[in-house]
Amino acid sequence: MCFAIFTLIVIFAVRYQKRAGREATPIEGSTAVEIAWTTIPFGIFLFIFAWGAYIYFLERTPPKDSSDVYTVAKQWMWKFQHLEGHREINELHVPVGRDIRMIMTSQDVIHSFYVPAFRVKQDVLPGRYTVAWFHATKPGTYHLFCAEYCGTNHSGMIGDVVVMEPAQYQAWLSGGGAMGSLAQTGEGIFQSLGCSTCHRMDTQGRGPNLLGIFGKPVLLEDGRTVAADENYIRESIVNPQAKVVSGFKPIMPTFQGIVSEEQVNALVAYVKSLSQPPAGPAVTPVFNQPTGSKTETRGKGK
Amino acid sequence: MATTAVAAPKHENYLNKQYGITSWLFTTDHKRIALLYLVTITFFFFIGGFFALLIRLELLTPEGDLVLADTYNKLFTMHGQVMVFFFLIPAVPAVLGNFLIPIMIGAKDLAFPRINLLSWYLLVIGGLLMIYTILAGGVDTGWTFYTPLSTHFLDTHVITAALAIFVAGFSSILTGLNFIVTIHKMRAPGMTWSRLPLFVWANYATAIIQVLGTPVLAITLMLVALERIFNLGIFNAQLGGDPLLFQHLFWFYSHPAVYIMILPGMGVVSEIVACFSRKRVFGYRAMALAVIAIAVLGFLVWAHHMFVAGMSLYAGLAFSLLSYFVAIPSAVKVFNWTATMYKGSISYSTPMLYAFGFIGLFTMGGLTGLFLACLGIDVHVTDTYFVVAHFHYIMVGGMVMAYLGGMHFWWPKISGRMYPESWGKLAALIIFIGFNLTFFPQFVLGYLGMPRRYWQYSPEFQVLNVLSTAGATILAVGYLLPMVYFLWSMRYGKPAPANPWGAAGLEWTVSSPPTTFNFDETPVVTTEAYNYDELPEVPVER
Repeated sequence: MCFAIFTLIVIFAVRYQKRAGREATPIEGSTAVEIAWTTIPFGIFLFIFAWGAYIYFLERTPPKDSSDVYTVAKQWMWKFQHLEGHREINELHVPVGRDIRMIMTSQDVIHSFYVPAFRVKQDVLPGRYTVAWFHATKPGTYHLFCAEYCGTNHSGMIGDVVVMEPAQYQAWLSGGGAMGSLAQTGEGIFQSLGCSTCHRMDTQGRGPNLLGIFGKPVLLEDGRTVAADENYIRESIVNPQAKVVSGFKPIMPTFQGIVSEEQVNALVAYVKSLSQPPAGPAVTPVFNQPTGSKTETRGKGK
Repeated sequence: MATTAVAAPKHENYLNKQYGITSWLFTTDHKRIALLYLVTITFFFFIGGFFALLIRLELLTPEGDLVLADTYNKLFTMHGQVMVFFFLIPAVPAVLGNFLIPIMIGAKDLAFPRINLLSWYLLVIGGLLMIYTILAGGVDTGWTFYTPLSTHFLDTHVITAALAIFVAGFSSILTGLNFIVTIHKMRAPGMTWSRLPLFVWANYATAIIQVLGTPVLAITLMLVALERIFNLGIFNAQLGGDPLLFQHLFWFYSHPAVYIMILPGMGVVSEIVACFSRKRVFGYRAMALAVIAIAVLGFLVWAHHMFVAGMSLYAGLAFSLLSYFVAIPSAVKVFNWTATMYKGSISYSTPMLYAFGFIGLFTMGGLTGLFLACLGIDVHVTDTYFVVAHFHYIMVGGMVMAYLGGMHFWWPKISGRMYPESWGKLAALIIFIGFNLTFFPQFVLGYLGMPRRYWQYSPEFQVLNVLSTAGATILAVGYLLPMVYFLWSMRYGKPAPANPWGAAGLEWTVSSPPTTFNFDETPVVTTEAYNYDELPEVPVER
């Protein structure tokens, strides 16, 4: 379209250059032509919209069996918590061929998780989780950038995503550095903060029993129903009065400022682990063929 | 030239009627106020340009070595703030619109001459606050003031910067108000809506956005200031606020603000293309409707800046679709300008060269906008240099080209002197080349993944950055040239006849420069705006 316009402009500019003895032909317009060049681009635009929307839909819908990596962004670094318990800063190791879901929050300003090679970008906000996912298909080291201006060292808030063959990745995992899984860490925090005195594993507690609640709808005191997802659990820790479960009193104190973002992540991972079948902790690797088109170059457009 | 005699150099006009500083500072003549604006925004253009040059020099190498990281952040922040609020937004409406709208519709002045002067003073007060901010150490929020960075994490002069823009915003609101009332109430007999020049239509649409949109910016900036002072918590997640709310409010103004910047430029180009093709504008009605459609639809697309911000999936879908709607009238305008040239009699005068440049660069900017409106692509290229290139193609490639085209086109009317045509053409060419060399590589950089607002960058991006910096130096020369020869022409230029281009429009029926009240007696309009087939041709000097 671009070239068509430029070509026409050049042709007209040369063909109809001012010459002695020739005058401009008065033309007022042409309804037919105008309708045509309004409706045809409209059709093209709708097509591009639908195509882009489809890709966006895939990008925003993580597959069911993806592996989670909890992420805390802060001025000016990226902190990653693997479910296996490994923690990394500015470096993220992932295996090739697995769907990786980044569950991200910020402990200060807005950042943005951007891996150009994976065509993935998602702002990371304080006070809530945002989610991004990718499926790396080629081993290698890829840039990780912060894409939302976040202050002095914004351009230094960079890192590497290291994509490894599954065997190498297993070797890296067993290379140590982990003190129990993230859920186990969360369980420790759960005990030490005394959460378990109210959130008992039976129906007698002053707080709801957390066994099996993750992902389930929760009826609230005000009659609403919300899904018990990561954001809900997170909010229930830092701002417990916001959505009180039906049948319970708003007596839970806030843990904002008491637990760090990493500890919240561990607690969330622990609560989630209470809803998983005992045999299979969330770390079972799932290797599947590329389903999304995450690392393929997309969006060439016209 | 034979026509020189038409302009008696000694006739009394708005420029030589009175002399002295007070005759300017207390004037209510829309033409003099336009010149006050011209001086003011030119000053800010060169300040903003200086910041841009420093940014480009820093980016010559991947390491951050010329300035400190904080300084760099201040440079791009203040470049954006100065250019957007103190140059681009006032540029065409406050200078050319102020000068031309009353003359084009056959009026003696704007509806509220003193409010017009007040708007200039507000811009100056805002400008002084901005200069204070710069001199006191600057501000590094980014021109977008994103929270909670701007509200809780920076100790620079955020509040004075916000106040500067707040005050300048009221200048914009009052100008818009003045234009709306003037265009409604002060048209000469016979100047019906369907006979209005498209330049007037474009400024009318712009004025609507200014009046409806700018108050939201004022509210938003005030909330930022209040949040900083009293820690209200509106944008603070820890207190139950929402940082995304700021982005919604900010873009609710700042996306339509893009149309405040570009619509008047479209008006300028319509006038120039018609004049130098010696033809009616193809599809006048569609052109007028298109600017109104852009102004209205422009209010419904703001969240396309936020596709990766953490908004709901469905909000993303809705705003993407609406963004394609607003692309339609923009495309129609480009088609109509092109069609206007068809079977015309085209001369390559300087203003026409700028109009060519505008159409080309605006088309590039607009089509890359389609990429950004496309959800799947936007995720990759948003917040990268692709976006930087895109909006510079619209605002600098489009808007500044149109502004310079308009300045050349109406300079004979404004100053009563002709500018040197060959220098004009040379400058237009330099600017076109410099612009593309500066910004085209940035599309590639963004596609390759270089984020914007980076003080240091990965070495593989260097070659394209060097090209861009080289282009910026060429562009700087291009922008200095018109400044020099315009000033030169005020003293040494050939006196301009009333209608040097043989153009249609009431402004060409009055002397150059016009008298204080524009018309000796109120004109009666009997023809449509672009009756070029009824006008005698003027031989254009090559």
